[in-house]
Amino acid sequence: MIRSFLVAGLLTLGIGTVLAQNLDVIKERKQTMKSAGDATGDPVKMIKGELPFDLPKVQASLQTYVAVAKKMPTLFPDDSKTGDDTAALPKIWENKDDVIARYAKLGTDATAALTTIKDEASLKATFPNILKNCGGCHETYRASKS
Amino acid sequence: MRRLLLAIIVLAVIGAGAFWWITEPRPAYPRDQWAALEEGGDAERGRIVFDAGGCASCHTTPGQNDRLKLGGGLQLKSPFGSFFVPNISPDANDGIGKWKVVDLANAMLSGVSPEGAHYYPAFPYTSFHRVKLDDVRDLMAFLRTLPPISGKARPHDLAFPFNIRRTLGVWKFLFFHRGDLAPDPSKSPEWNRGRYLVEGLGHCAECHSPRNFMGAIIESQRFAGGPDLEGKGNVPNITSGKGGIANWSKKDIVELLTTGLKPDFDTIGSTMGEVVKNTADLPQSDREAIAEYVKSLPPRDSAARRSATGQ
Repeated sequence: MIRSFLVAGLLTLGIGTVLAQNLDVIKERKQTMKSAGDATGDPVKMIKGELPFDLPKVQASLQTYVAVAKKMPTLFPDDSKTGDDTAALPKIWENKDDVIARYAKLGTDATAALTTIKDEASLKATFPNILKNCGGCHETYRASKS
Repeated sequence: MRRLLLAIIVLAVIGAGAFWWITEPRPAYPRDQWAALEEGGDAERGRIVFDAGGCASCHTTPGQNDRLKLGGGLQLKSPFGSFFVPNISPDANDGIGKWKVVDLANAMLSGVSPEGAHYYPAFPYTSFHRVKLDDVRDLMAFLRTLPPISGKARPHDLAFPFNIRRTLGVWKFLFFHRGDLAPDPSKSPEWNRGRYLVEGLGHCAECHSPRNFMGAIIESQRFAGGPDLEGKGNVPNITSGKGGIANWSKKDIVELLTTGLKPDFDTIGSTMGEVVKNTADLPQSDREAIAEYVKSLPPRDSAARRSATGQ
């Protein structure tokens, strides 16, 4: 009797793992990426001359990128491929190494920019290159959304 | 009885004749006039045509970053099977090195190959037919300056009956109607340029519209977005209708076409990322013209969308 309970329990657990998608991690993934988008606003406005250059603000944005780059690779567990209308493509899990390497590059670029960006000119020279990291991944690993 | 049989045969012959007539490829220009079309052509202007037409997005050799290596080979998936993008580098054997302007004109304006066969509308002549002959000539001049790349793409992998090119004549009869884009004098030159870029060279509607079961754009839903034919997700509605981009300013559109940044500072992805690489190289006035025209599109509500990763 105990044995059959055990088997039933294991089976339920097994089926549960297959079916239950990790919706929390998908939500966290979206919020983390959103924070990167939010951090992009100020520096871009400074480049366009809509905001005055403000080094602490730029550095805060770069720190956000560094944090995002560190956190994101942990947010793609195998049980988070579908659900909550995620735009993450299955390719991510097929090329996990590449995805991790791309986040690492974003982290390195943002860290380097913490020292190289000193004024408006260096912001204009450096920041667009950091943004290329975003587009590079979105092109390959994110579904088009409307 | 014999009379009935005769009638059937006569009808069959008429039917076959009609089919043959309808499906006959009709090039825009006769090839024997090729010399007249060769004259002129400016490679520098052709570069703008190349960027506005987004040629690189499909024809660039995959797996490398040089957008001017047009060796082809990219796989385009569709409900009818897979297309493999051809080599349009100036290689004499594997590319279009032997092409004349007339060949490029017939390909773009009428979807007919130099051998007189139909092209599949995966090559968007359904938009390109609105392109001016002068632009085709400039584009050819530019393409001839690019490095020749050897190697042919593999043949298309399509299901019957789509693998028979002649049947495309029926598709064209139903859905492809050549015609110029006559300028609208009541609108600004900027708007007219924008319309030319969006409806012609830029072939924006080809992705940003839903298609019917035969793969033709549903005109009443033009620019209202739809499922991404190549994979997952949805192509956005770019009209001001429900689900569209009514809250985007003209400046927002220009920004997207320049840097790939959306108004919420998200960086554009998927295939539009490739498109932005083209539009980023256009003159600023052309990006503004595109935005001007896009803002004027009739509002259409988004069609039923599917979940981002659903089929």
